[in-house]
Formats: sequence, structure tokens, C-alpha cells
Amino acid sequence: MKELSVNHLIGIKHITKQDIDLIFETADQFKEVINRPIKKVPSLRDVTIANIFFENSTRTKLSFELAQKRLSADVISFSAAQSSVKKGETLIDTVNNILSMKVDMVVMRHSSPGAAHFLSQNVKASIVNAGDGAHEHPTQALLDSFTIREKLGDVGGKKIVIVGDILHSRVALSNIFALQMQGAEVKVCGPKTLMPKHIESLGVKVESNLRKALEWCDVANMLRVQNERLDVSYFPTTREYTQQYGVTKELLDSLNKEIVIMHPGPINRGVEITSDVADSQQSVILDQVENGVAVRMAVIYLLASKIKQ
Amino acid sequence: MSQKVLLTSKEVHIILHRLACQLIENHLDFSNTILIGLQPRGKFLAERIKQILETEYKVPAIQLGFLDITFFRDDFRKSDKLLEANKTQIDFLVEDKKVVFIDDVLYTGRSINAALTAIQSFGRPSEVELLTLIDRRFSRHLPIQPDYRGRQVDAINNEKVLVKWLENDGEDAVYLVTK
Repeated sequence: MKELSVNHLIGIKHITKQDIDLIFETADQFKEVINRPIKKVPSLRDVTIANIFFENSTRTKLSFELAQKRLSADVISFSAAQSSVKKGETLIDTVNNILSMKVDMVVMRHSSPGAAHFLSQNVKASIVNAGDGAHEHPTQALLDSFTIREKLGDVGGKKIVIVGDILHSRVALSNIFALQMQGAEVKVCGPKTLMPKHIESLGVKVESNLRKALEWCDVANMLRVQNERLDVSYFPTTREYTQQYGVTKELLDSLNKEIVIMHPGPINRGVEITSDVADSQQSVILDQVENGVAVRMAVIYLLASKIKQ
Repeated sequence: MSQKVLLTSKEVHIILHRLACQLIENHLDFSNTILIGLQPRGKFLAERIKQILETEYKVPAIQLGFLDITFFRDDFRKSDKLLEANKTQIDFLVEDKKVVFIDDVLYTGRSINAALTAIQSFGRPSEVELLTLIDRRFSRHLPIQPDYRGRQVDAINNEKVLVKWLENDGEDAVYLVTK
């Protein structure tokens, strides 16, 4: 009988192609479940999950909460802003206090890379990484691949370009790992200042010209310009960024094929992509959000089955 | 491990026809009836019954769906193995319909219990019946009995009833396997 090779989901780097396949096969079934008149199953009725968000999030937090509730798990959520973290409590203390209330699984977002890994080594609970700094955001990468698979049939052999702020993006790194593991070709495209040094060592090609990148690809994953992380100026003005790396309807229509447009959200309309692109037939942004719930249900279900009673 | 033939191909076919006739007796033209095969193994039996009803007894347009009960089972995290899900395919509401659950072997009754919960996600049926090819007597954990049964079998706990289907396993037959 198949099961995940890991007890925590820290990053795509730690899992295998078989794990991804199992998650997708399970997510297929959950996608059917969340389209029923009654969208809930009782599988996790004896599992308690804590969502701990040390960093702001709307989509991911809602998506995780909804996934957990659709599985009938008991859910407690907290944001660092209202917590004792502000009073100087350490991460391990905070989490151990929560765990002593008999919590089985922790979903955490933290601004420090490695926070989820650190926690998985130090506390007794299954840990799901919902984003750790500029390191990984595994469930986002899984739902992106799941959406590509749904739209194009398979991820293997497809050409995907990730456009924008690669330097600060955990979505980019997780996506690169996930896509390559499934046999896709990956290019990254963006201003040199937002491109990590030695990114080629991950086996991706760098393309600085957006038009060339789009002409090459089947799917373009447009990253958000993360203004909150841009401590110094990485490009002269937003307008200049948009002119060079923003996707417009005219640009899409001038390509000789129809490509799929993805965006992990939240969108800066008129910056990375224009409104008419975001709302076009080619955009699968809202499919990504729907699939996010199904994929997160699958991840939680599969990890929960490994928690011994 | 030894195995004994419980039903041969010919016996399976006779029983399938009898079950189909018993269904017609109660459901006539099936206009308000939905057959639901329970995944994974009830699917084959349900497809066979539908085929016999349509081709041999000329009952038109029978509604058939498949229900997977994995996420509704009561042994999640209790057994060592992962409960792997199968496809649910019910493209209609069961509201106010007569539902017939179809499964190959009725043993503890726990699957049927889970199916009774699972089907509620698709509406409130007016009644639910159970059709099973093999009824393992005296092994029920719950007060659940079939409305239509192919054959009653007395088997002890370390014996397993194995139902084989031509389209999946290369033959129609039922075996009693001793571990």
C-alpha cells in the first residue's frame, strides 16, 4: 500500500516523485468531494490541527483552514500579531505550549528560512510548511503543478517559465524543484537584480527577454512583485518593471500560440499582469485557488494517516 | 494457503440473473431507482447487473453511479495501511430516489455503514437497499442485512472470500481462501 515517504512536509526537496503522484491521485478524489452538494468528509474527526502564521497570509491560511474543515479536523488558528510571540516567547516554547493542548499537526508560516525544518526536529507533531522566508512554499508548488496537470494533461515534457522576483520567492524555488522532479523544463525570467546568483546550478536557464521566454513556454507563472521584501531598490520604477516584465493582452495575442497564465496571488493588477490578462480565458488563477483546497486536503490526509494513535 | 471454489462461472451467471429479476420485482421500470456500486469491488457487480437488466430484460436507461467510501471509513489511522481512495462517480442527486447499494461481499457491515453516511453528501434518498453477491453470515459487527443476496456463506475469520470478475481477473468465480 502506498504512503508518503515523509512525516512532515517541509519542502519539495525532501519528497519524491512518487509522493507527488500519490498527493495528486488523492487530490483528484478530494476535488470531486469539494464539488458535491455536501463538501465534507469525516476522515480526520479525531485530528486537531494548529495553523500558526507568523507572517501575513489571506489565501494560504483560508485555503488550509478550509481544507482542514472539509476533512472534519478540529482547527485552531493564530496569527503572531495577537500572540505572546510579541512578549518574547521562543518558537519552540510557543509550539510546545500549543501541542500540550493535544494538537496533532502544525501548519506554519514563518519569515525565517528553515523555521519549519527546525520545528520538525524539535517538537512532536507533524509539520506542514506554509512558507518559510525565501526558502520553500511546498503546497503552492504542488497546487501549481496539479493545475498544469489538469490543464495540459501532464507536467512532464512541458516548458514552464517563472517570471519576476525570483530572488525573494519561495514559490519560485519550490516550483523549480517540483517541476523538474516531474520532468518539466524550467526557465526563469526577470530583472538581473532579482535573480539569485548561481541560479543556473539548479538546472534552470535564465532568460532576460520576456517575449522570448513567452514564445518558448507552454505555461508562464507570473510572480508577484513583493514590495514588502524589497528593502532596497531592485528596479528603477514600477512602471519600468511593468514595461519590461509585465504581461499584457497585446503581448499574449502577438504570440504564435496560446499559453497558460498562472499567478500565486495576490495580484498587483497592472504590475506583473494587466487586468484583462488576469481575467482572460488563458488565466487559470482561480483554478489554482480551487485546486489549492483539494491539494492541501490531500497533503493533510496523507500526513495524518502517518500519525500513530 | 488453500482455496476452494464456492461458485463457478455458470453459478455466478444464474445468480446474477436471479438478482436482476428480484430487482425488477421491486423496482419495475427503475424510473425512480438508482444503482450505486461501492468502490472498488462492487463496481464490477453493479456494471454486470445493469448490463443484464438492459440487454436481457430490456429495462431502458438505468442510472448507475459509483461511490467511494474511503474518506468515510471508521478505521482511518487505526489500521496500519493507508486507505487509498478510488473514484466516486455520481453525476446526479439521489434526493427522493430509491438507492440500491451493490457490493460483492458483505462481511462486518462497516463499509455499508460508511456508505450510508457517504451517500448523504448527494442528497436524501427515499429508501436505501442493499444487494450483495456473497453474504458472510454470523460475522456482522453492525445490524445490517442485505435485501438481495446471491449466496450465503459461513466462513471463519481467517478465511477470505474472493470474488473474481472476467473483465478484471480473467474469470467469473468465487473462491474461499484459507490463509
